[in-house]
This record gives sequence, structure tokens and C-alpha cells, in this order.
Amino acid sequence: MSAPVQLVITGGTVMDATGERRADVRVVDGEIVEVAEGIQVPASATVLEAGGCVVAPGLVDLHTHLREPGREEAETVETGTRAAALGGFTAVVAMPNTDPPLDSAESVRNVYALAEGAMAQVAVAGAITVGRAGERLAPMAELAALGVRLFTDDGDGVQSAGLMRRALQYATGLGVVLAQHCEDRSLADGGTMHEGAWSSRLGLPGMPSEAEEVMVARDIALARATGGRVHFLHLSTAGSVDLVRRARADGVRVTAEVAPHHFTLTDGCASGYDPVFKVNPPLRPQVDVDAVKAALVDGTADAIATDHAPHAPELKDLPFDQAPPGMLGLQTAFALAVTELDLPLARILALLSWQPAAIAGLDPAGGGAQGGLVAAGSAANLCVVDPTATWTVDPTALASRSRNTPYAGRTLTGRVRHTVSAGEPVVIDAEAQR
Amino acid sequence: MTGFPTHLLSMDDLDADAIGEVLRVTDSFAEVGRRANPKVPALRGRTVATLFFEDSTRTRMSFETAAKRMSADVLSFSAGSSSVKKGESLRDTIETIQAIGMDAVIIRHSSSGVPARVAEWVDHCAVVNAGDGWHQHPTQALLDLYTVRQSLGGGQVGTDRFAGLRVAIVGDIRHSRVARSQITAYAALGAEVTLVAPATLLPPALDGWPIASVSHDLDSVLATTDVISLLRLQAERGSGAYVPTMREYSAGYSLTARRALQLPAEAIILHPGPMVRGVEIASEVAELPSARITDQVGNGVAVRMAVLFLLLGHGSLDGAAA
Repeated sequence: MSAPVQLVITGGTVMDATGERRADVRVVDGEIVEVAEGIQVPASATVLEAGGCVVAPGLVDLHTHLREPGREEAETVETGTRAAALGGFTAVVAMPNTDPPLDSAESVRNVYALAEGAMAQVAVAGAITVGRAGERLAPMAELAALGVRLFTDDGDGVQSAGLMRRALQYATGLGVVLAQHCEDRSLADGGTMHEGAWSSRLGLPGMPSEAEEVMVARDIALARATGGRVHFLHLSTAGSVDLVRRARADGVRVTAEVAPHHFTLTDGCASGYDPVFKVNPPLRPQVDVDAVKAALVDGTADAIATDHAPHAPELKDLPFDQAPPGMLGLQTAFALAVTELDLPLARILALLSWQPAAIAGLDPAGGGAQGGLVAAGSAANLCVVDPTATWTVDPTALASRSRNTPYAGRTLTGRVRHTVSAGEPVVIDAEAQR
Repeated sequence: MTGFPTHLLSMDDLDADAIGEVLRVTDSFAEVGRRANPKVPALRGRTVATLFFEDSTRTRMSFETAAKRMSADVLSFSAGSSSVKKGESLRDTIETIQAIGMDAVIIRHSSSGVPARVAEWVDHCAVVNAGDGWHQHPTQALLDLYTVRQSLGGGQVGTDRFAGLRVAIVGDIRHSRVARSQITAYAALGAEVTLVAPATLLPPALDGWPIASVSHDLDSVLATTDVISLLRLQAERGSGAYVPTMREYSAGYSLTARRALQLPAEAIILHPGPMVRGVEIASEVAELPSARITDQVGNGVAVRMAVLFLLLGHGSLDGAAA
């Protein structure tokens, strides 16, 4: 570790929040030191060829289930961050619904320890309530002191409006964001897919759109009343999008994310009862798919977040109503956005990199090293993407310990070529380096 | 017999011609059932497994009797006695059964879609859905059609007699696999199906369903009903909460003696069983000549023989039923 680690990314187009330009990028010891055309490559430097590619700040996933501790057969911090790196992500926010859940300083420190030396930065989302049980507040200040900026009971919504109001009031003093999985249990309980024409026909209990929308509406009212910041996880219905659009127009401090599966797949995908298409919130009809796409286009949604949710194969072989919900997402998110969204690449990168980084406080403004500018002095968290390359999703070739991608066999446009995490080329030519 | 599917998972698998074929073949096997020795060699050397992950008396007995009357070897798995209880996965169970060597598996499961999944996992093995969750129970619908056809005049009656027939399906349609199969089956033959239930017991969305109408008032449809099919209120699936009380449900939707009198004289009364007398149907109505509930059970064996024969059988029907 004596000689400085040098890296030069040559021949690409640099793209960040300030625009785009042709430039090479030189990295030394984790920091970008030079961004210019025609950089002389030092003999000792590693060269990452980027012809025809875009060099951008690394992607940031607001919503990753790493499963460790507790469900290591489905995913570990190591395999999950490898999948992240292959997907162009240099940071992921680990969801707290592990076993034990991330509701204490000890459990958060444990995940940080597991993530030491990982191929992507792991930020932790803490639980809002102890045990994610929705009954009393987790020690949010203790967790915030450890750097936790996002709190959520994801997997469940905070059912009690009174408790959510109190959590928001408390959060305002800490400067943290409460991320809500909007699902009113009394409406959704027992549901296994979107309630509608398909669930009726398939004879599966449904989760109505209102189960999400009533909680979105409630939390908008609570955010307005308390001044607390709410981030809506995985918005999936046209009604939710409308509520958030109006709330933002009114100046309420809410942000929102959309998961790739909600802008690419519909509830009809479940017609063969394959639990690989079971996810929560569920896949919705085309009208909702169109609405969440529109939300990404018009800025109502701030981020694309994967909700990467690995599950062991035997669990996804259970009957549809018994199988756990969730899909892999880290390695397909960028390509799905390029393939399915009618947006310029710069906007897609904003949705996948610097906007989510800002929500999670991982950007330079928040004291972090993610989603900044590709400029001298910035931390070298970068992805190099080829926006025109095509590839076919092969579940067995994914880095995750699990195989539950709903895109098996699908050919997508847009490929992550290299990923540089904290100055280290962790992915070169779509191959993980460790 | 071209066009008969590989599996029978849903009534959607059968078009009007295939349904007609099942009813014609059922005629032959019904005749077998009336013989002193009701056994034919149609499926000799074939092995059929019944895989019941949910309790059932009549459906299981009916399928096993059907297979045995055709000389098939029958293996019987049930969740209570097999390794399923020890935590073996559904997929492992199916692969074990497949390795033993089966020509057909007949599956009942409390989860919708299990037969469809199993059909994707097996090779050279027909899958018959004997009831899955709230989804489908196709042989129940077929035996209902056969029973109605019998009541209309027996073997000479073609499936065209169903065109315009006014069928009312009454009760807990939301949770009923029988109703989902019946609706598809009657509609395939051109019958006009009316669903009668409180809104809470209807499926949440009926877009695209082949139904003529929906009613929340049983009394108003009785006079224009040729076939009335009553469904069990599935209290064990948590339906209790969908209506305030059983008394209130019965007051609105039970086929009482008074209501039975409103039906046209030649109307047919069906119930897939098991009946809860006094809730969906009054005891004295179940005993009326127009109630064909016992016929339904009896016809079940012949219909299931026909289904197994059409899925597995080789050679002519004349030879098979000889």
C-alpha cells in the first residue's frame, strides 16, 4: 500500500449535475485529481477504457435489502455490494428489516463492521420503531449520532398515525428523513398481489391501491403539520403520484422514489402464479405503470430505487400466496431505466445518482462522498456506463446469492462497464474484480 | 379429440367443443357405472396420483373411484401422511412423485395456482386441478354441466341447449373456485350467467368476466332463472366478516321454500356441497325433485372418468368403455 494507486479513465464523456463534456479522469488514492482531455497516462496507472461510454458519479440506491444479519442464505453484505458494484452503484442504503432489525446502535455498528472493505459504501437506514413493531420509537438520536440519516420500518408502514406524527416531530430535531413504506394493513392484510381484474380472475387475495394511497395522504398531512421530512418508498399507484405531485406544489417537504419493476412490469405478469413476480407494493396495472413513469419524467419522483430484495430459491418455489415478496434489482436498474424510460441519460443519472445521494445525505452537501461532481477534489466514486450496449439477463450470472429476478431472458439496453468505489476499480469491463 | 389440452387446470383450458366431448364421453362412462361390474380396462397400466394438500371427502373419493373403475393404479398422497408435514417443499414432493413415475397427478391445494405451477415442473404427466384456493375447480363445473344436461333430457341433448339458458350463481362468489369454473363453463356454452351476492362477496373487479348481470336481490331474479347454483358461505376462509351475521345473509340469499316457489316449474337447483342447510339452502328445498344435488355427486365419478380418459386414454371410446 505504499505507492499511490493511480487510475485513468480515458476516452469517455463525463456527465454530472453540471452537464457533460469530453474528458479523461485521473484518480489518485481515492480522489479525482484531474479531469481534462488528453491526460498523459502515468506508467504505473491502471487504465479504464471508456470510449463510447459515459463517466458519471456512482449510482446510489436508497433501497437495498442486504439480508445480513439473519438471512445470509439469501444475501450477504459481500454478495449484495458486489451486485451493487456490477450495477454501477457505489453506495447503497441498507434497509433495517434484518434479523435482528437495525433499531439499536449495536446493530448498526455491526452492519458497518460487516461492510468494512465492501465493494460499495453501505449506509444504514435505521428502524423508526423498536423491532419495527410500530409501537414505540427506536433510539433515533443514538443512531443519528452514528451517521444514520434515513429511518424506516420498511416492509411495514408505521400503522399508527399518532406514532408517525411523534416520530416526525422528533426527527425534525435530528435533521433526519423518515422513509415510509405506505401500506395500510387493515386494507392490505392478506393481500398477495394488486387487487383488481387479475387478482379477481386468479383467485388471489388482493392489495388495493387505496392501501398505499391512504397512508401517502396521511403522511403528507403529517409532514405538513410537523415540518418533518418524509420520503415515500416505492410509489406504485397513479393516486399516490397525484397526491405527492400536489403536496410538492404546495411546498410540503416530501420526496419520493420509484422502483424499476413498477415502471416495467404489470400485475398481469403474475398470471402464471410465479412468485418471482410477487413484490410489495405489488405490480400494478398499466395505468399505474404509466403514472409512475410520468412521475419520473416530470420530477414528482426524485429517485429510482431498486428495492433489491433477495430470497432463497426454495422460498420462491412456495405457492404464490405463501412465497415472500421481493425481487432482485441492483444489476438491472440502470439498464431498465435506459431501456424503458423516455428520458435523456443525464436525467436517468440524476434519478439514480445525485438526487438519491442528496435524499440520503450521502452527497457532498450532506458531508458525504457520493453523487458529487466529476471534478478535481471530488471523491472517486464513479461509474462508467455504455448507454447503447445490449445484454441479456441471466439469473445464474448475477452476483446475488439469490436468483429472483423477474427479467430472466430479457434483453436490455444500457450496460455498466466499470465501477470505481473509493478510488478502487471494483468492476472492470463488467467483471467484478473481487 | 384433437384440441383436448395436456392438463386440466382451469375451465379456460376447454372450449365449447372440448366441453361437448367431455359430456359425450361421460355418457359412456355413466353407463359403465350402472353395470354390475363397473370396471373397464381403459387405463390399465397407467398410474394416477391424488395429491390432496387440503381436506376433501367427496372429490378425492370421486377421483379415486373414477381412476379405479378404469383399472388405473392409484397412489394417494395427503398432506397429513406424507413428508410434506416434515417440511419438504412442494417442488421436492412433486419431483419425488415424478421420479416414482406418474401418468397423471390430481391436485387439490388451498393456495390458488399450485396446479399451474406443478404443470410447469412435470414432464410427460397430466395435471388435473381438483380445486385450488379461490381459483378453479374445473371438474365440479363439468359435472354441473352434465347434471344440467341430464335434467334437460339426457344424452340426446347437445351443448347448444345451453345457449340462452339463464343461470344464477348465488352466494360467496369471491372465495369460490367453483363459481369461477362455473362462470367460464356456462359462458363457453352460451348460457347467460347472473351473479347474485352482497357486494362484499363478489370478486373485487369483474371487468372482462363473461357474465350477463350482477344482482344483490335474489328475489328479483328467481322468476327468470332456469338453473340456480348455490354456493357455500366459506366461513373457514374468514368470510364471516364479509356479512354482518349468518342470519342476515340467510334472510337475503338463502334458497328458502318460499323462494323456491318463485322459480319456474322446470328450474334446476344445484349445490356443489357440502351444504350448510339453513344457510344457503333450506333443508326441504334440498329434498325437492328439482334439486339435483345427489345426482351431482353421482355424476362426478363419470365426469372424472371422462376427463382422465381424454387426458390419458388411447384408442377408441367404444373399446375403452367395453
